Amino acid sequence: MTYILKILLLLLTIHLSLFTYSQDVTDLVNKVKAKLDKVKDYSANGVLKTDVAFIKAPVSKIIVYYKKPNHFRLVKNGGISVLPKGGISVNMSTVISTNNFTALDAGYITIDNIKTKIVKLLPNDDSSNVVLSTLYIDEANLLIRKAVTTTRENGTYELNMSYKKYMEYGLPDKVVFSFNAKDYKLPKGITLDFDENTSPDKMNKLKNKKGKVEIDYSSYNINKGINDAVFTKN
Amino acid sequence: MWQLLQIELYKIFRRPRTYIAFGATAVLIILLQFGLKVDGQEYADFMLQNLGNFDVQGKLLNGYMVCYIVLQLMLVHIPLLVTLVAADMISGEANIGVLRLVLSKPYSRTSVILAKFWATCIYTLLLLIWVAILALFVSMLVFGTSDLFLMKSEYIVIIKQDDVFWRYCCAFCFAFVALVTVASVGFFLSAFAENSIGPIITTMSIIILFTVLGTLNLPVFDYINPYLFTTHMVIWKEFFDEKVNANNEAIAGTIQDMPAIIHSLLVLSTYIIVLVGATIFIMRKKDILS
Amino acid sequence: MQPVIQVNNLSKQYKNIKAVDALSFTVNEGDVYGFLGQNGAGKSTTIRMLLTLIQPTAGEIKLFGLNLQKQRKKVLRNIGAIIEKPDVYKYLSAYNNLKLFARMSGVHPSEKQIMQQLDMVGLIDRAHDKVHTFSQGMKQRLGIAIALIHDPQIIILDEPTNGLDPQGIADIRNLILHLSREMKKTLLISSHLLNEMEQVATRLLIIDKGKKLVEGTTNELFDPAQTLIELETLNNAEAFALIGNSLWHDNLQPQRNNKILVKMHRNTIPDFNVWLVQQNIKVVSLQARHSLEDYFLQITSGTQHVAAFTN
Repeated sequence: MTYILKILLLLLTIHLSLFTYSQDVTDLVNKVKAKLDKVKDYSANGVLKTDVAFIKAPVSKIIVYYKKPNHFRLVKNGGISVLPKGGISVNMSTVISTNNFTALDAGYITIDNIKTKIVKLLPNDDSSNVVLSTLYIDEANLLIRKAVTTTRENGTYELNMSYKKYMEYGLPDKVVFSFNAKDYKLPKGITLDFDENTSPDKMNKLKNKKGKVEIDYSSYNINKGINDAVFTKN
Repeated sequence: MWQLLQIELYKIFRRPRTYIAFGATAVLIILLQFGLKVDGQEYADFMLQNLGNFDVQGKLLNGYMVCYIVLQLMLVHIPLLVTLVAADMISGEANIGVLRLVLSKPYSRTSVILAKFWATCIYTLLLLIWVAILALFVSMLVFGTSDLFLMKSEYIVIIKQDDVFWRYCCAFCFAFVALVTVASVGFFLSAFAENSIGPIITTMSIIILFTVLGTLNLPVFDYINPYLFTTHMVIWKEFFDEKVNANNEAIAGTIQDMPAIIHSLLVLSTYIIVLVGATIFIMRKKDILS
Repeated sequence: MQPVIQVNNLSKQYKNIKAVDALSFTVNEGDVYGFLGQNGAGKSTTIRMLLTLIQPTAGEIKLFGLNLQKQRKKVLRNIGAIIEKPDVYKYLSAYNNLKLFARMSGVHPSEKQIMQQLDMVGLIDRAHDKVHTFSQGMKQRLGIAIALIHDPQIIILDEPTNGLDPQGIADIRNLILHLSREMKKTLLISSHLLNEMEQVATRLLIIDKGKKLVEGTTNELFDPAQTLIELETLNNAEAFALIGNSLWHDNLQPQRNNKILVKMHRNTIPDFNVWLVQQNIKVVSLQARHSLEDYFLQITSGTQHVAAFTN
């Protein structure tokens, strides 16, 4: 009897500690979200670099607009920008945009010499586009250093953030967005490029399915108010 | 020679037929621009559906893009219009019986032939300027300007707005050389005929045949493709491709394959020199019986 | 008289055909030089060689003492020519055509000079009309104006009366005489209208199958002793028999076109006339012809090409 009681007590302790543990991670995520929620809106100047094998794009100056809860727009003044679908909202708030999630502790890892907590977020809503998000959180500063998100529609993408001047707001100085790019090919009958004969080396390069978008932010205007019309596509 | 050139230009531009080319290009370009203005977004959407999991933001269908589309579609038409004048320069005058009068004047046959050729080049240049005004400047006016977004068969090129215009200037210069090559073919054939229909049709047939051979991509034709002038005529598009650095960032102001452009220019120039030289040689020896 | 055109042993060979065969002739200053021959004799080929439109196979051409091949530009500045049917730019007016060709000939006439030239050929009222509205005769006159606009010393006219009505032909004749006598030009004229040539030409060259047959003045070529009389009577057969049995039998020629032909010296024609009356031969017409046409037909091949035209 005593033996059984001891085992029951042990199980209860483990369960409680697990519950406490899981609760700790959820609290951490909520703290990060609360920090991010201090930012109601911002506009940021930045430089956009697109690194996709089959896209030759120049480095462009952009302005990024954000407004709670999830309005996000990237504008290249007078130009054309090509951004991956789904990951267009390259913003932390959208990474942890749902309250209805289950957070699981997955240990620690060092990223750029910073110890980060690995937190796996599982949305409770089965219909959610996001299947799984893995956050790498800098606990000391309540900053997300990295996020790997798997979505139903747009596959898996990875966000790497660097912080300097705007750490207190949780706004990164640099975001690197990595994703899988599908093959690109257009028939020559449409492009009328009958003269093009791509070399085998170049063909192999073009088949590289990894793509990357980098945004280097130079300045943020935070909580100054932004008109909703800014987010209307024209 | 300057006197002769003035006379040849006078004859070309006093002839009503000359203005057909200017009128035809205007109608064609305006129709294309109208179509793109009305249904351009659908065209852009159709092209973009091949882009997969990317969103494209910005003014895709701008003046630079429209000009590029117009030039691509007019690749066959403009050479035909040039041929109408070039292939008529010698045979047309033989047909109406004026050639014997012209060649009995106190000018060397070389001067007369060169004056006719230079006049053809000036006509070609004016036609090209006309096309540039309509295709580029009017498009810029109607559609505005933005970056140039080009979807090639294997990759996409985005050229910054302020990096586009000089490329068009270069492309038009290259197009001039290409069209003068076409004119040289017509001019050369004109020396053999006493009726301009033959040289016109023959020149167009040669262009069509060479274009088909170049398009087929059959190994058996790979040996001759590099020598066909039609293969090199389309290299103007290379001005709209840029180099990238180690980080795959496009480098403004660069051209991906400048050696290809230079090579094509040399080939086309060789065609011009050989064909015009041959025309002069033939005409110097030829008995004028017309 | 200075020679202005000297042609020595000029030949042109086309594969198996020798179009011009060792042709030599001289045109002196002030000549109205008639250049005659049947179709295909080589006249146009020769004229084209004079204008450097055709390269000779052999021989030499000198104009104004200058070798044509070596001093082409200098020579051609002083030549005006109509070659066969003159053609001009149909989409230009007569005025603009004349202006254009004047510039090509190295002169820049004023508007007044151009209009004067058009007036001379009777086209002043149509000066600004497009040539495609002109008749053949008007184009011919415009061609003559073009040939003369730069005041050349030598004028080469290849069939200048083609397409002209009788008045037009008479006008050309008068123009030729004016150019020769008043303006002291040298003219080389090729024509089929032999009676017209007879009226204007001072010297003649007759060629056949590319070869020279005769060259000289009309006086040198036409022997007065060889005057041909064409006689038509009420009974040609009887008259022919009578003449054949008379002292005039040596003068009798083969009949042609239902006419009796008798050749004699001009001075004995009256005697022959008297004899005809004495013989009671009923004469319908009697014409003395020492015509160029007859001479021409005599010395050229003379073959009638269509049997229906032979009597």
